Amino acid sequence: MDTSIWRPILYLIGVMAFAGVNAAWLGWCERKGAGHIQRRIGPKEVGPFGLLQPLADGIKLMTKQLLVPQGVDGILFRVAPVLAMIPAITSMVAIPFSATVHARPIELSVLLIFALASIGMMAILLGGWASNNKYSLISAARSVSQNVAYEIPMLVTVITIVMLSGSMNLEEIALQQQGGFWNWYIFPIAGQSIAQAVIMPISFLIFFTCSVAETNRAPFDMAEAESELVAGHMTEYGSMGFGLFMMGEYLNIVVGACLTAVLFFGGWDSPLPFIPSGVLWFVLKIYLLIFIFIWIRWTYPRTQIYKLLNLSWKILIPFSLAILLLTAVFIKIEGILI
Amino acid sequence: MTEPILCTPDETFVLNLGPQHPATHGVLRVKLTMDGEYIVEAEPVLGYIHRMHEKMAENGTFAQFMPNTPRMDYLSALSFNQGYCMAVERAAGIEVPERAEYIRTITVELNRISSHLLWWGAFLLDLGGFTPLLYAFDDREKILDLLEHVTGSRLTYCYYRFGGVYNDIDDEFTTGTREFIKRLRSRMPSLYHDLVTGNIILIKRLRDIGHISPEVCRKYGATGPVLRGSGIEYDVRKNEPYSIYPELDFDIPHYPEGDSMARYMVRMDEIEQSLRIIEQCLDKLPGGPVQAKVPKTLKPPAGDCYAAVEAAKGTFSCRLICDGDKKPYRLKLRSPCFSNLSLFGEIAEGMLLADALAVMGSLDLVIPEIDR
Amino acid sequence: MNEYWRDILYGTKSLFIGLKVTGPEFFKPVITEQYPHFVPVMKERFRGHIELTRNEETGGSNCVVCGMCQRACPSSCITVEGEKPEGSKKKVLTKYILDFTKCSLCGSCVESCNFNAIQFSKEYNLASTNKSDYIFDLVKRLEEKR
Repeated sequence: MDTSIWRPILYLIGVMAFAGVNAAWLGWCERKGAGHIQRRIGPKEVGPFGLLQPLADGIKLMTKQLLVPQGVDGILFRVAPVLAMIPAITSMVAIPFSATVHARPIELSVLLIFALASIGMMAILLGGWASNNKYSLISAARSVSQNVAYEIPMLVTVITIVMLSGSMNLEEIALQQQGGFWNWYIFPIAGQSIAQAVIMPISFLIFFTCSVAETNRAPFDMAEAESELVAGHMTEYGSMGFGLFMMGEYLNIVVGACLTAVLFFGGWDSPLPFIPSGVLWFVLKIYLLIFIFIWIRWTYPRTQIYKLLNLSWKILIPFSLAILLLTAVFIKIEGILI
Repeated sequence: MTEPILCTPDETFVLNLGPQHPATHGVLRVKLTMDGEYIVEAEPVLGYIHRMHEKMAENGTFAQFMPNTPRMDYLSALSFNQGYCMAVERAAGIEVPERAEYIRTITVELNRISSHLLWWGAFLLDLGGFTPLLYAFDDREKILDLLEHVTGSRLTYCYYRFGGVYNDIDDEFTTGTREFIKRLRSRMPSLYHDLVTGNIILIKRLRDIGHISPEVCRKYGATGPVLRGSGIEYDVRKNEPYSIYPELDFDIPHYPEGDSMARYMVRMDEIEQSLRIIEQCLDKLPGGPVQAKVPKTLKPPAGDCYAAVEAAKGTFSCRLICDGDKKPYRLKLRSPCFSNLSLFGEIAEGMLLADALAVMGSLDLVIPEIDR
Repeated sequence: MNEYWRDILYGTKSLFIGLKVTGPEFFKPVITEQYPHFVPVMKERFRGHIELTRNEETGGSNCVVCGMCQRACPSSCITVEGEKPEGSKKKVLTKYILDFTKCSLCGSCVESCNFNAIQFSKEYNLASTNKSDYIFDLVKRLEEKR
């Protein structure tokens, strides 16, 4: 490992650039995706294929007045949007883009990413509370209860993966899945036991549903899309405060897609052994998963808040706990037989 | 069933679902007294778009009121055209030729389908699904193109005249309509029912929400899909037949549950029944004139006439009182959405706000029609 | 308990069916018209504001200033004036003003004209910031169209 001063700086610039480009241009992807699902063209006037649209949106947001209403908690109001962006960018440090392209190998990277995700959740509550607005507070509280409810099955599923691979290091987990798509944890046919090939897809579905709910995307977007009355915790924010919240949300989607790719789809591994692996496969997998996020958003109507919590507490948590138990049993049986 | 929540006045707050709101279609204000998330009392406040249509009728001749009729419920404008024309024709004793009746039926059923398609898209927009709106508008564009080809307008059609219709239809219209029927029938199972009706999220949001019993319907005079969704099989086209409906073969869909899902299914089935009616009319279309001979200034004999039609939202009826002059003495218009909205105050007690919005969407309200 | 399992199985299946419906729609061609770049052609019976029909022989209008359109209009948009030149029994049209801000495109005027003097135009691109732009002088328009 090159220990010169250039490595951290290059990676810092690289991570910031990747995060910045994604946060802005994911908006373009979403609008184009939504447009084509609805049989229309998305943005097309600004630049070729509308590619400069995020720049135009950014300029618009920056030139608007940054209004701080009266009676708000000054520091918290200004800090909340920034606090929504920070965890997402910082999580990029721990994600292995390939065996060699890796900002900083961290032993407990899974734990780090989930700890940072909780800070992002706190930013929503701070934004809602500091707004001095009854409805913002109610919808922020609702959004936090939704996030807490969906974090539990997500963590239990991740514990299952950690048990299978034996390490909390994301790079280690990806290395265990090398060699071809039959090694990937989503459908481990060549894995430790055939019985796991049956329960792991269910585990993936639970994890994916939870990541859609964690990032406050439809069909679980009570917090942002017309929380029946107003825009939720983002009501009192104008211009770049709102812009930062939206960019934070898109970055959370990217982090969620990266996590899914590493945990279930083998990271940078290529599906067939004779095609070389690399960063390109990782990026391809992330964008396919992001396309599925967008696809899901534009297909389903919104759930209702109590049905949403019902889904988590009554269905996802029992199922994920059962899968955890079964996985532990299978690993023990393998251990005794071998 | 929802029970009213009892609480002291200090614990409630008044929320204004104001005249401008993305979920109330039009300028409707609902004063909600809420206890936390639950609604204690709901009071619709109307009148923000009252334009005095009934008074305008008294100021002009019978023919000069024609452009007002589509502006009330602009989504099913031809039904309103038909109701008014029928009232005047009954008052003046004008006989409508058969070809005109068939053309009227074809166009009014096409209009009913387009109104239900727009309702479907807008209802799902309220519930958070943005895509079905555009799929519905794709089909609705075809209907609007067909009707533009015949009448010249796309939304507020002033097409019927006393004694018939303004223009005749041609082969391009009939072939276009047949193609449209085939296209919609092929798209219904996948794009409409698979994507939306069978979706578990939608079922959870609509089933057992907003239960309206037949007694409540009778108390407030609700008609149309609201009544048929509570189990009562009442349709003006079958119970008080007019035009050529006695000769056509169609069913009246009705579901006994009375919740939002039942009203949703009633409207989806009505689209299919309308397609059946249009097919039969196209097969049986006779030749002949499209407008009877009517004097330029119509002076019906003094009397009191009533005509009711089945608009897309319910029973639309006109009561016309003439006194031998060339202007009506009094024209009373009964709009179906007014009665449908009035039961909202009673059923909204004890509901969550999100459910109340879903119920309002399932009632299919068009506010300009309520306020006239 | 049965209903719980049925809900889960049916629910998951319905969600995948929903995705299967919207997925292929992503790859199908676009159905919208790109309006400023692609200008639609109006249908034959399209109701734009009314205009005077040109009489092929005289080059003027067919209007005999009977005033039927003015009487038939529900919104009092039309003002017709004419004068009788010397030696002629028929009136000649001098002024035909249409106040388009009140017109509802009902067609009563076109229907009531027995002389085929007015017809619907195909104009739809009428945006302006000035109300006076919508008071159309139809005689002048007929002359300008020449």
